[in-house]
Amino acid sequence: MAKKMSIYGMLVATAFLFSYLESLIPIPIPIPGIKLGLANLVTLLSLYILGEKGAFIIMIARILLSGFTFSGMATILYSLAGGILSFFLMALSKRKNWFSIIGISIIGGVFHNVGQICMAAVVLKNTAIFYYFGFLLIAGCVTGCLIGIVGKTIYKRLPKNLTI
Amino acid sequence: MRKNDKIMLGIILGIALIFGMYFYFSKKEGSYAVVKVDGQIYGQYSLKEERTIEIPSKDDNYNRLVITGGYADIEEASCPDKLCVHQKKIQKSGETLVCLPNKVIVEIKSEEKSSLDGIAN
Ligand SMILES: [Zn+2]
Repeated sequence: MAKKMSIYGMLVATAFLFSYLESLIPIPIPIPGIKLGLANLVTLLSLYILGEKGAFIIMIARILLSGFTFSGMATILYSLAGGILSFFLMALSKRKNWFSIIGISIIGGVFHNVGQICMAAVVLKNTAIFYYFGFLLIAGCVTGCLIGIVGKTIYKRLPKNLTI
Repeated sequence: MRKNDKIMLGIILGIALIFGMYFYFSKKEGSYAVVKVDGQIYGQYSLKEERTIEIPSKDDNYNRLVITGGYADIEEASCPDKLCVHQKKIQKSGETLVCLPNKVIVEIKSEEKSSLDGIAN
């Protein structure tokens, strides 16, 4: 139990730190939360270490923490839309064993952006924002791929008894 | 990467390419900017006239839109994230400036499209 708690705590803290780093990097796309997806590295690894439930808890905790600290209530809505959609599809692909860890990370990166842009279109009551859709898909592939490669490398080096 | 990963990546990049080409080829020289606040049209402004527009939104929020040299740009805003201010100035039809916190969207339209819109309305 204590070990489990400390793993959760460490993962949330790491994700929170990544979110902070990302908030320092401005990206010229007008959709709050569109970022490198560094924090998704933690969601990805949590999915492999803790399983679906644990990874989901850590992702929600990170979104709420970083939302209240760095960006405010309005942005949390978009982060949640992107986070939950991408999480659902990552968990599904992992369960069905459709893709490797890199493929699952790409799914995460792409659908994070898709979820956010859809939420933005709903809030603005305007679809003009889909102008950026192609760009966001490519951005999601690139970041998802990079995060996936890093994630794979880290996961291989983790002590096997870390998985619970 | 597995074979499935590559297939999936190919499909996503294909969709992105179709979207990108659609917008690339439908891009025209823009002629006016449409400002909407919370889904409602606030105003339409020619890109040929130099002017500054203060766009009010609820709770005393605002975005300052500047039209100069044929470009539209948000120079100042009350929103917490300032993403709208960081966006590059826009000129071509279909391009947008967006401020999600204030629910403000500035969209560039071209002349031809405006006459079509006129008929549709
Ligand atoms: Zn703004």
